[in-house]
Amino acid sequence: MRRVAVIGVGITEFGELWDSSFRKLGIGAGLSAVGDAKITADKIEALFVGNMSAGRFIRQEHVGALIADYSGIARDNIPATRVEAAGASGGLALRQGFMAVASSLHDIVVVGGAEKMTDVSDVESSLIQSSAADQEWETELGATFASLHALMATRHMHDHGTTREQLADVAVKNHRHGALNPKAQFRREINRDVVLRSPMVASPLRVFDCAPSSDGAAAVILCPFDIAKKFTDSPVEIIGSGQASDSLGLHHRKDICTMAATRAATQRALKMAGLSQKDVDVAEVHDNYTISEIIAIEDLGFFPKGEGGKATEDGLTSLDGDVAVNTSGGLKARGDPIGATGVAQAVEIVSQLRGTADKRQVKDADVGLTQNVGGTGATVVVHLFRRV
Amino acid sequence: MATAPRYWRENPSRYNMVGFKCNNCGKYYFPPRIICPLCHRKSVGKTEPVKLKGTGAIFSFTEVHEGMDEHYVQKPYIVAMVELEEGAKVTGQVIDCDACDLSIGTKVRATLRKLSEEGSAGVIHYGYKFVPVRENGERPGDE
Repeated sequence: MRRVAVIGVGITEFGELWDSSFRKLGIGAGLSAVGDAKITADKIEALFVGNMSAGRFIRQEHVGALIADYSGIARDNIPATRVEAAGASGGLALRQGFMAVASSLHDIVVVGGAEKMTDVSDVESSLIQSSAADQEWETELGATFASLHALMATRHMHDHGTTREQLADVAVKNHRHGALNPKAQFRREINRDVVLRSPMVASPLRVFDCAPSSDGAAAVILCPFDIAKKFTDSPVEIIGSGQASDSLGLHHRKDICTMAATRAATQRALKMAGLSQKDVDVAEVHDNYTISEIIAIEDLGFFPKGEGGKATEDGLTSLDGDVAVNTSGGLKARGDPIGATGVAQAVEIVSQLRGTADKRQVKDADVGLTQNVGGTGATVVVHLFRRV
Repeated sequence: MATAPRYWRENPSRYNMVGFKCNNCGKYYFPPRIICPLCHRKSVGKTEPVKLKGTGAIFSFTEVHEGMDEHYVQKPYIVAMVELEEGAKVTGQVIDCDACDLSIGTKVRATLRKLSEEGSAGVIHYGYKFVPVRENGERPGDE
């Protein structure tokens, strides 16, 4: 297997972008990544696009071809592939690109992720997100996507003593980080009271416990590690890639306070990299709800099960903490254009490892991790990155 | 909007909580599956549909205020994960009570109710919901 490097990253602003179409967002991120890698279009050998549900959000399928077309690379007839695993679509697209380069099938590969969510109503958007769960045995019985995470939160509070305030602290921290990210959807700090007084969505989760609906796109350029220095002085190596699945329905899990797929994907990625959790300096995790981040930092092995809330409250996951978590603002504050999210996580980690994260830079960041979740944990993709 | 057959074909499980028993390992599942995820191929030919009792206890629950179009008339409503006596867990609404009457461990039983309807003149979908039960058969809040 060949070693793989990231030589360019690009990301659009995230938010309710009324003026931007799906294709405009995808091309924007791609162009910016290609410009960052200083490559020309004729060098691109393949395109992978992470996207959850363009068919329902904008009634457009076949978005691999669409992005290739409007990027101007369809003229060269390169393979363009859409990758879907609900919220993990972006991370999974990255893994497809990684495997294509690692296996020597391709040299220069573009991995993009995009979602245009605000062309439908809030309720429609919520129903589309619920399709990441079991439509016939969860959603149709009345479970919303938020309510399934609320079931996890209720049980986590019951089993581990996690407090309502600790959940709020995840949102407070991620807004604090997001305020330092010029591409973030929410660039405003909040306090606990704002979270605790916001309208209820599914108890105990309130509006400020939930990531927003967002438009946005992100892209990275991959190439074999050996030639990465031809393109950039600061390549970042992908040193581990792990993917795992679990039951689609939350009710089939033995323990709903744990995502077994996060544990499995993390072990696989760490084994490939020859590292342990202690080596990770900075992580982007899938905080689509505040409880998700607490469960993630436990299952990633940063903190023992049940201590994620306390660790957050104690500031151990802040920019200057033991492991800086969601320096971009996470899904909560940077925004969560679903298919783009996994790729946006990689863009943030690459920026951190290059030392270009500006006001949110983690000092001496050497190893970074991304954790991207589909559904309530039925797909998890974990990647590990290292500064070269 | 889904077509009527998509709902109808699941009616045995929706109306009567018909689950699945693997006679290789003895485990119960709901909804029915084709193969047992523990026994894999060894379960083939050794499984049977089984009507579950529909009684169990709340494993986790939440009061839903936002995000579900078809349930507007009932907002807020309660969604719970129920651990059935046979061991399988199932997701459904809990009705005829307030969220403050419930806690993890509250005993519930399944009952047949309207789940949703396709507009004012469309098909009405029925299925299980849960109601709390007490040892004496009363519901919380009855006293």
